[in-house]
Amino acid sequence: MRRAVFALAAAASVVSAQSGSGREEIQVLPVQGNVYLVAGAGGNITVQVGKSGVLLVDTGNPQMTGKVLAAIRKLSDKPVRYILNTQGDGDHTGGNENFAKEFGSATAVSVANTPGSSATQTVQIYAHDQVLARMSAAKLPDTAWPTETFVGDSKELYFNGEAVLMYHLPAAHTDGDSMVHFRGSDVVSTGDIFNTTGYPVIDLQRGGSVQGVIDGLNRVLDIAVPAHHEEGGTYVIPGHGRICDEFDVLEYRDMITIIRDRIQASIKKGMTLEQVQASKPTRDYDPQYGAATGPWTTEQFVEAAYRSLAPGKK
Amino acid sequence: MNALQRARTLCLGLVLAVWLSAPAPAQVLLTGDWRTLMHEDQPERGQGPDLGDYLGIPINDAARLRADSWDASRLTLQEHQCRVHVVPYIYRGPMQVRIWEEKDPESQQVIALRQYISTYEQNRTIWMDGRPHPSEFAPHTFMGFSTGVWEGDILTVTTTHIKQGWLRRNGLPESDRTTLIEHFIRHGQNLTHVTIIHDPVYLTEPLIRTEDYVLADRDPGNWLWPCEYVEEITGRPKGAVPNFLPGANPFLQEFPERWGIPFEATRGGAETMYPEYQKKLTTLAKPEVKK
Repeated sequence: MRRAVFALAAAASVVSAQSGSGREEIQVLPVQGNVYLVAGAGGNITVQVGKSGVLLVDTGNPQMTGKVLAAIRKLSDKPVRYILNTQGDGDHTGGNENFAKEFGSATAVSVANTPGSSATQTVQIYAHDQVLARMSAAKLPDTAWPTETFVGDSKELYFNGEAVLMYHLPAAHTDGDSMVHFRGSDVVSTGDIFNTTGYPVIDLQRGGSVQGVIDGLNRVLDIAVPAHHEEGGTYVIPGHGRICDEFDVLEYRDMITIIRDRIQASIKKGMTLEQVQASKPTRDYDPQYGAATGPWTTEQFVEAAYRSLAPGKK
Repeated sequence: MNALQRARTLCLGLVLAVWLSAPAPAQVLLTGDWRTLMHEDQPERGQGPDLGDYLGIPINDAARLRADSWDASRLTLQEHQCRVHVVPYIYRGPMQVRIWEEKDPESQQVIALRQYISTYEQNRTIWMDGRPHPSEFAPHTFMGFSTGVWEGDILTVTTTHIKQGWLRRNGLPESDRTTLIEHFIRHGQNLTHVTIIHDPVYLTEPLIRTEDYVLADRDPGNWLWPCEYVEEITGRPKGAVPNFLPGANPFLQEFPERWGIPFEATRGGAETMYPEYQKKLTTLAKPEVKK
């Protein structure tokens, strides 16, 4: 089992390496309040800056850390104090180790809540407990691991003058997904349950499911409040792609729900995976979100959705 | 050079100097309150198109299936109730648009043309200062990001960063990868607005449409469009999205049977845009008209 998990983690790293040669250009865009998007480093990186320091949601591919840090330095000269991982994939956690080395690994000092601890001078890496389980099982360097994990629904912290909340999204892209809500800046980072560049990756081997992705998207809709006629207000940073708001999440949620309904109806009719794939249940969305080649094809997405809706079915 | 030649040269120089110092031909103004004329493309402009009416729209198969799956009940979902018509479509409805110029106070050069559109209280900016369009990672809006240039007396506008919307409000989709080209053409008190939609996701050819406006000499009123969402259907499962499974939309035959139009024609596509299609229409089986 451990070997299988390691193989999966290695595959995720390969995907990261393919999409992050180090030659990509980094773009920094203001989102709202204290929050910025750093794009082009693999998975999107959310940056919150303020007088207390820098907080990152995810760290991109490892080979992009130098460029990411240079981009962050244009926003703040303060140290990176927190990294919140939305999941454990290499294109979202690949820079963890580099940032820990740059700003001090919390694993190398005494723990927090201890008198005289120097833990507050290091990078604290927060994630759901399942992320730690997966990364440690994959034998990734311990300096890349989450230093603080949570179980249950949520984890709270207060940084740079605003509440920052992590919400666990069970069985979505994987079993360790979280989204992050910056309550003062009114920005949500979703991780990979929402990508404007393709269908969501559903990693069945690591506990993902299409229903979990839909539940996660509905939770984003619950949190987001539009400012005027379904536009603006709460801004949403997807795992990959452009800055969005509630309406963009709504359209994506509608799409995944409609595709689920079609596959579920086919399963009820007794159709096999091959028959469902032949019926092309995503064909109205494929020109925008589909892929025939690459790390996550339309065929893989349909298979993952089918298998998560009909476990045990061939 | 004799005296006559010198006089001629001097005269020509004076004429040139006067001509060069004269102000350039004045730019057409689009400023003012314009109200829409609804004389063309009915019934799409008022009550909206019939379900399943895709005639004359150069859609691909993906757009057709997406529209077939669209259930009007989706508009009862709270997040859909206040959705705005995207910029290529918003000018189709009954509306007023106020246009004014924003000028650099030092140079009096036009920086932007501003528009306030009464439908959904939309504010739109057309940048005239040559700035580039934003990054691919920038947010999309219902009005998009617009830049304009004058081509003679025609204002040509290019808009990107538009949200997902529709080509017709019967579910025919328009993707968020659309680029819109517009021409604003003033004829005295009238304004013609030409839209050319390039959608690489759902169109096989550009879709060209026009609307006309007349300059209002009195305030047209009706500038506000308040919208507050409410629970329209209680007891619906959380996260439910009304839609028809492929092949299960019961309303697609209504339009052809109402007007006696061959079903095949109502399915749209580039072919149905062109006059030559009338010949093919005569060869297709027509349904019996049901009243």
